[in-house]
Amino acid sequence: MAPSSDRAVVVGAGLAALRGAEAMREAGFSGPLTIVGAEPYRPYDRPPLSKHVLAGEIPAGATTLPSNLGADVEWQLGSPIARLDRTSRTLHRADGSTLPYDRLLIATGTRARPWPNPHEGRLSGVFTLRGRDDAAALRAALAAGPRRVLVIGAGFIGCEVASLCRQLGLPATLVEPGPTPLGRVLGSAVGAFIGAMLTGRGVDLRSGSEVEWLEGEGGRFVRAHLTDGTRIDADVAVIALGAVRNTEWLDGSGLSADPGGVDCDATGFVLDTEGQPDPCIAAAGDVARFPHPLYGGRRVALEHWSHAAMQGIHAGQLLAGAKPESPYAALPTFWSTQGDVVVKSAGLTEGADAVAFTQGEPGSGRFIAVYGRAGRCIAAVSVDSARWLPAHAEMVAAGAPFPPQGTAADRPSKGIMVLAPGFP
Amino acid sequence: MSVPADASSGSPPGLRVSVDLNLCQAYAQCCYAAPRHFRIEGHEALIYDPAPAAQDRAEIERARVACPVQAIRVEDPGRGT
Repeated sequence: MAPSSDRAVVVGAGLAALRGAEAMREAGFSGPLTIVGAEPYRPYDRPPLSKHVLAGEIPAGATTLPSNLGADVEWQLGSPIARLDRTSRTLHRADGSTLPYDRLLIATGTRARPWPNPHEGRLSGVFTLRGRDDAAALRAALAAGPRRVLVIGAGFIGCEVASLCRQLGLPATLVEPGPTPLGRVLGSAVGAFIGAMLTGRGVDLRSGSEVEWLEGEGGRFVRAHLTDGTRIDADVAVIALGAVRNTEWLDGSGLSADPGGVDCDATGFVLDTEGQPDPCIAAAGDVARFPHPLYGGRRVALEHWSHAAMQGIHAGQLLAGAKPESPYAALPTFWSTQGDVVVKSAGLTEGADAVAFTQGEPGSGRFIAVYGRAGRCIAAVSVDSARWLPAHAEMVAAGAPFPPQGTAADRPSKGIMVLAPGFP
Repeated sequence: MSVPADASSGSPPGLRVSVDLNLCQAYAQCCYAAPRHFRIEGHEALIYDPAPAAQDRAEIERARVACPVQAIRVEDPGRGT
């Protein structure tokens, strides 16, 4: 157990930071505990931002996360850390003020990847979606009744926003360079289903297309020009090109960090550039890159809600002095609500060489797809079939043989359909 | 859904609710327990009110307890957690 005079600091104030701080307290850490956040808000829940907040059902400010932290925590919000000095165990802000630590949790997460042309990205009517303020601003723009919303990038956020615009009755165009939406995560075999669903809901889907530039008039976005010469007139552009990890403040700290995350060992302590763990510092959530035991120790940084919560708890216990019995090895999971369709996943699809439909079929709109690699199950995805996912998640966690034996659970007379997954 | 504005409004502190939608399997027990704060769209998309008013705490507690997969987390500043 850490001496109670030790000072603990959590840098970051999202889900991983909150659960990490709670876990430290629950594990008996009784020293001073400070949570430092760049944004001026207590930790809030992000998934509702791209759904209920954009729909206008709840204000962005209603998303503050529940917590059991008491008054024995100091919050320093709206106060970004600019630099880490591990020699003196000090955090530095841009204004020159400092904050000492004995135990440090790095949970600075990610930010939205900006549009590559900064001038175009600053046009009024161009948005990214990551934080509370982003969601509030985009909600106001959608409520104003734009002629059309252009969404650039058909990852999960892009698809959610495009679906939501259709629910609001707004014309929406979704531009994606790949052959289908969600192709990088789900492959084109499953992605094609998502594309058909979006098209069926009235999204103008432009797969295999790229936006070359955004045109403004008087500082306002008015249309996008695609590389094939097509123009799309719209009042709102949502840049949904993924996320960039917030690691710049670690430059010069001697930690192994880059835009892909800060490296951790299997236990959860961060690694320096020599590959040695720093026993005073752990990392958790989107920003933490760690070797995942389920995937042969491949280093991954996961941007998933439950991962942020679970790894935050793991890191908090670690910093409180608990000795973990085993490396952090939780099965990665996520969900996404596309309009009223729920997509869930367990495991990582990366590197899959085949996909099998073991329950339902894509044409029916409800199915389970299991991804295989070298004869083992590595991931399972459910579409409106969440109750079937846990059993498939167990197969993934166990590395069960692929394709699964037997017949489709709901179609005993048929074999399991196996396809090429269609990853880029 | 009845949702207060941000917490700076001066009314008694409301509840904070979050649902682990990874766990949620749309058994919809919360929708029966607290229909004004939880609903299902489509086959299994749960829509919930993350900031119910303090006077709705009994309903919200019923929903939390009713969840077969224990996916609902509630903070009640008026009562501790």
